[in-house]
Amino acid sequence: MDALITASDLVKLYKMGDETVRALDGVSFAIPRGAYCAIVGPSGSGKSTLMNILGGLDTPSTGRIVIDGADIGALDDATLAEFRNRTIGFVFQSFNLLARQTALENVELPMIYAGIDPKMRRERAAELLTRVGLGQRLGHKPTQLSGGQQQRVAIARALAGEPALLLADEPTGALDTHTGQEILQLFADLNREGATVVLVTHDLDVAAAARRTIEMRDGRIVGDHANEANAA
Amino acid sequence: MMRVPDLVACAAQALRANPLRSALTALGVIIGVSSVVAMVALGTGAQLQVQNSINSLGSNLLIVVPGAAQSGGVRIAVGAGGRDTLSLSDADAISQIDGVSAVAPSQRGVAQIVANGANWNTQIQGVTPAYIIARDWSVSEGRMFDDNEERQARKEVLLGQTVVSNLFPNTDPIGQNIRISGGSYQVIGVLAAKGQTGFQDQDDIVLAPLTTVKRRISGRTGRADTVSQISVKAASEGELGRIQQDVTMLLEQRHHTQGPDDDFNVQNLASIAQTAQQTTQVFTYLLGGISAVSLLVGGIGIMNIMLVSVTERTREIGLRKALGARQGDILRQFGLEAVTLSVAGGVIGLLLGILGAWLMTSLFNLPLVIAPANAGLAIAFSGFVGVVFGAYPAWRAARLDPIEALRRE
Repeated sequence: MDALITASDLVKLYKMGDETVRALDGVSFAIPRGAYCAIVGPSGSGKSTLMNILGGLDTPSTGRIVIDGADIGALDDATLAEFRNRTIGFVFQSFNLLARQTALENVELPMIYAGIDPKMRRERAAELLTRVGLGQRLGHKPTQLSGGQQQRVAIARALAGEPALLLADEPTGALDTHTGQEILQLFADLNREGATVVLVTHDLDVAAAARRTIEMRDGRIVGDHANEANAA
Repeated sequence: MMRVPDLVACAAQALRANPLRSALTALGVIIGVSSVVAMVALGTGAQLQVQNSINSLGSNLLIVVPGAAQSGGVRIAVGAGGRDTLSLSDADAISQIDGVSAVAPSQRGVAQIVANGANWNTQIQGVTPAYIIARDWSVSEGRMFDDNEERQARKEVLLGQTVVSNLFPNTDPIGQNIRISGGSYQVIGVLAAKGQTGFQDQDDIVLAPLTTVKRRISGRTGRADTVSQISVKAASEGELGRIQQDVTMLLEQRHHTQGPDDDFNVQNLASIAQTAQQTTQVFTYLLGGISAVSLLVGGIGIMNIMLVSVTERTREIGLRKALGARQGDILRQFGLEAVTLSVAGGVIGLLLGILGAWLMTSLFNLPLVIAPANAGLAIAFSGFVGVVFGAYPAWRAARLDPIEALRRE
């Protein structure tokens, strides 16, 4: 199967005063296109560092990671920004919507940085919001939406650039269990439609929604198994 | 690549989010620009006023008065109280100098005029017909007396506009008689208005033949052939300096004096005008400079608010970066916010400055001069202030680490 992500021997070092912390300590894995994969581990396991590198927000100290043909460690700042814009769709725990802007404008935001013209932007944003079930709420501001609805806006925003990888960081962390399940269901649906989804979480129940789980501890991968229950 | 209209919309939206804060930030620049514009306009107006009033005394003009010269010609001794050292023959001799187009000896007198049952105290200049040429007067009504009438000591006068408006408010003065020191004089002409020179009203004047004034009004106490002033007009401005030297040398010969002993003083109005202009120009720069300091303070205000704004919006900046904003996009957005604030402040400041300049110049009775170049410069300078003081906060925003920024509460 065609690998979307190939990581080999990733090491990430942080200097904390005199001490050097090995946030990632030789991580290697591959994620094929069309996968629905959870990266789980307690805090301090290195999963956040790994997510930052997967999202093109950070680069590894050593090792090599290629995502959709792009060698993350070799990209300069501007190219990395373009990579985030085109290849990655971020979903955050706290939604990170711009409070002053409507749902539609929030979804348009990444397309603004892609230089897409306003008319096309608006049409696509409206389509995406309809896809996540908010077709009637285009002009609402985030404060007028529930947590689940806000996360749906954020997911629509993540899909705006037709990204190769949908990267979600604790996407249900700020939601109640029921709403969380709905969001996870939305990810499952998007995955079935062809999207590659990577979920980063500390919650094993959330991880159970994915078709594959990569377990991390102390900067290393300690488990990697398929969830038979969710097999496509 | 972000499209320019989107960039503008982004900056505008951020500024609109905090209207009061944006207005107060721009206020610093508004005050700075408006005071620069108003002060420079005021200074330029004063400069023009001084220039106009000196020019209105007569162009290419040297004035010879009795009295000792002071260093640099700063102290101007007036003939009225001084010794009568200048004579008609001095004037005749000066008229022989090459490049002199008109020489007009004059005798000043002060008298009360009575006409139409009204009184008016004014200065009477006893002059030769050349005086109106030398001093750039023009006769608006009637005529000037000629050389013959002057020699015959005719009792004829020309009135300045101020005298006319006080003594003949509703009637044509030409042909009317007025009384000066008990004698009766006929008005044969009216002088065109010249306006104020500083504190003196030039139009508060009566011109009479020199011989008449010497014999009948002021000359009773002095020698018959002395004059209080000789006006010398040069044919061209370029020769003023040379003629000033020639006149000085000639009079030194005739008066048997040398340098500091000179009992006369040759004033070059062009150099007085230049000195006055330099003085007012220094004032203009001074006023403009002090105002520019407030513009600087306005710029610091912008920087301060932009730094606060960057801190407040750290998370938003992180998000924008995660969604694909480049450093350049963030830099341009925050830079544009600062420049928009300062240029908006500049435009409003310019309008307020023009209003202020108009109020002040009408209060001080000065001409209102606002050079388009200065107005453009004020706007450009406010934009420059925005760029300079917006650059650092924008750079800080652009350099934020998205991971740190997103983690920030």
